[in-house]
Amino acid sequence: MNRSSTDNWPAVREASRKALPPAVLDFIEECREREHPKSALIAVLHRVQDECGHLGRDQLNAVAQLLQVPTARVYGAATFYHFFRLRPRGRFLISVCLGTACYVKGADQVNRRLMEELGVGLGETTADGLFSLETTRCLGTCGLAPVIMINDNVHGPLKPDDIPGLLERYIQRARKEEAGGKT
Amino acid sequence: MNPIKSKKVNDFYEALLRDLIRPDEAAFRQDRIRIQVGSATCELAAGAGEVLDELKKHIAASERDDIVVREVGCTGRCSREPLLGVVIPGRMPVTYEKADRELVHRVFIEHVQGGRPLYENMLDGPGRQISRREVLFCRSRRCLRPDGAGWERDFRDMLDRSGISREEIDILSASCFGACRGEAATDASTILVRPDKVLYRIRNRSDLEEIIESHLRRGEVVERLRWKLPPLNRSFFDLYGDVAFFNRQSRVSLRNSGVLDPESLAEYVNFRGFRALAVALGGGDPLWVIDQVSRARLRGRGGAGYPTGQKWIDTREPAAENRYIVCNADEGDPGAFMNRSMLESDPFNIVEGMIIGGFAIGAKKGFFYIRAEYPLAIARIQKAIDICREKRLLGKNIMDSGFDFEIEIRLGAGAFVCGEETALIHSIEGERGQPRIRPPYPSERGLWGEPTAINNVETLAGVTGIINYGCDWFRSLGTDKSGGTKVFALAGTIRHTGLVEVPLGTTLKEIVFEIGGGMPEGSEFKAVQTGGPAGGCLPLELIDLPVDYDSLNRAGTIMGSGGMIVLGQNDCMVDIAKYYLSFSQDESCGKCSPCREGTTRMLEILEKISAGRGTRREIENLERLAKLVKKSSLCGLGRAAPNPVLSTLTHFRDEYLAHVDDKRCPAGRCTGLLRYSVDPESCVGCGLCARDCPAACISGEKRRPHEIDQERCIKCGRCLEVCRFQAVKVS
Repeated sequence: MNRSSTDNWPAVREASRKALPPAVLDFIEECREREHPKSALIAVLHRVQDECGHLGRDQLNAVAQLLQVPTARVYGAATFYHFFRLRPRGRFLISVCLGTACYVKGADQVNRRLMEELGVGLGETTADGLFSLETTRCLGTCGLAPVIMINDNVHGPLKPDDIPGLLERYIQRARKEEAGGKT
Repeated sequence: MNPIKSKKVNDFYEALLRDLIRPDEAAFRQDRIRIQVGSATCELAAGAGEVLDELKKHIAASERDDIVVREVGCTGRCSREPLLGVVIPGRMPVTYEKADRELVHRVFIEHVQGGRPLYENMLDGPGRQISRREVLFCRSRRCLRPDGAGWERDFRDMLDRSGISREEIDILSASCFGACRGEAATDASTILVRPDKVLYRIRNRSDLEEIIESHLRRGEVVERLRWKLPPLNRSFFDLYGDVAFFNRQSRVSLRNSGVLDPESLAEYVNFRGFRALAVALGGGDPLWVIDQVSRARLRGRGGAGYPTGQKWIDTREPAAENRYIVCNADEGDPGAFMNRSMLESDPFNIVEGMIIGGFAIGAKKGFFYIRAEYPLAIARIQKAIDICREKRLLGKNIMDSGFDFEIEIRLGAGAFVCGEETALIHSIEGERGQPRIRPPYPSERGLWGEPTAINNVETLAGVTGIINYGCDWFRSLGTDKSGGTKVFALAGTIRHTGLVEVPLGTTLKEIVFEIGGGMPEGSEFKAVQTGGPAGGCLPLELIDLPVDYDSLNRAGTIMGSGGMIVLGQNDCMVDIAKYYLSFSQDESCGKCSPCREGTTRMLEILEKISAGRGTRREIENLERLAKLVKKSSLCGLGRAAPNPVLSTLTHFRDEYLAHVDDKRCPAGRCTGLLRYSVDPESCVGCGLCARDCPAACISGEKRRPHEIDQERCIKCGRCLEVCRFQAVKVS
């Protein structure tokens, strides 16, 4: 990079590089080679969230510096799209589908039961860091309504009474993984 | 079929066929038993992974090498998934529903090894006895005789007289097989004989006689009447022709879904994949491609129905350095999932459609804009792109034609408004996805200021069929103004949920009651909601409405992307309007005030009405505001957001009035209008409800009947749940 937008650019660049995982740095480099590098902003944010679980302040600033997009624009995009998370999430992300078919078939009861069982509200994470509860737009699996998605797995059709057993399965899985020494 | 004109391109295509289709490879061998399992998101969620696993174990244990397991896309038969198909050479293919480990075990032992199908587990079963052969009659209007009748009845009579047992032959009717291609409209009819995969064109009774005597009695195919060219969707009927849900559909865009392995280029090419691209590039004339699409009367399947050919001309005409084509796969409408299914089940078809579109408008680059919520669709499209690049179906000098084209995927990030084309452009450019005023339209100034054609997934899915089989065939499938078929996602209170592809102009009644199987036991039809949050509701009076862009608009709703939610007597129309409006309100991008403020205020009024605090005056205000928002919003989201409210007000005003005047929800759905009370006869005064009540509004002495303070009750229903003596009543 031969451009120095500020006098302290080398220091800023170094600090920014420290804030991001190597895979993201490589991706940003790759994007800068292409046409319209700034258009890669959303793709970069996706990568950061994949790697780090959420978009922290330091990471957003670093993306702004390395992609040479104003920080305000980066924050603008990060807060505009529902998919981006500015706070850390739990190990298992539960997304309750809010699609029409799920709604008609009782997604709100499932949602209420989840909140009761987990003791958290929407957008919150349980104290043990295991579960985060969110809603999502239609997952497109309307034939199984009502559904929820836990990380990348879709579960449905669900009744409120299925919830405790389902959560238990994930808790067991987490325990087993810990016992197995995996993180 | 349209020919491939250039020798160079034709040579490339022939070489591709030779390279990919090796008749001795397991996937293409007809002498093997094939077992098929679905592998789309919905199938996997229903447990297809376990089914596959179990199947592989059984095959390994049996040590048989004549059985091939195939992962195929999704047929769109959601509520019965996972589906398990068993195809034994020379026998009728059988599809099982709701497969699990136990069913796999039984199917493998009894059907695959023992040759006895399990009738009680067949799709839409319990299935009838399977006869040795099935004869399917095309019942599309082009295949009827000039007098308007079909050949089916003659055939039944003749078969009865022939003395062949009716148990040997089953007679079914199905939709268009795609053999007629529109030419010579009523001069011949098509019939398909399963499982022999033989398609006949018949013109008179003696043709039928010959088929009965020769093919059905002696098993000798009548070559004279045989239709030689493989038609578009016969493979689909070969597999699923016995299922009523499927054989009443016309599978064009979904022809390969559930038939082939979505990750195999060889299988796609085997079903005439990339032949359309060879025809387009071999002809070398982009205007010919556009002309075909225009004459096919293909209209945008994203909802607005703009003629696709015209859009491509609009994009082609302005002088520009670069042009782009974008596939809009930001399928945000709640309740619509046909795009996901197509991307997951037949990705090569969409990629091929986009390359042809790019060639037509003179673009060098195309983008897929896909929702981040569809990880499997993204992976499959990426894989398809990579394979195409490797086989020189993408990149430089595609198919030796001199045409260069590249495709890149861009992900959405959960913003419904990005389905709007100008918002989508901003999102691809890396900005907040907010729309801007049109004109200029994207066809003039789109991505980075260059002309851009934005087409829906399903629009591009239609292109290959048109180029291969001709515009006349495609046009003749639909109505005068809109050609072809449309896929609907049928869900809600209905017996068969899933994807339904029918010619435009099919009536609502056929879709809901014939293909969808009507209402489940105990439910009564109230309305169909089409077009998602931008659409409206159609009541029972409009059940005979032919479904196309124009008729739906006249009825106060829209085609939209094709979501179709069936509502029964237990669904409250005020609640449905509120649901859609809360969606639009939440997804409003906030740029223009009519949409941002208007939807918020409308939602407030609806919430008041459903809580029993509404007045007639407020219904009037709601209506006035709805019309205002519709007129003055910046983009399609705001302009369409009031539709669910306006259409329910038109067709179901009495329900609104019941909420307002009598404080009653006729469907019993609006919890705010419920009244919880304690029956003093059954209450033993245990105090459990009082302890659990979050509003602390239940009081009473121990061992004495308790009482609920109606003023303070928040109608959460907790007391009803905890009472062990059924003493809490709800009205």
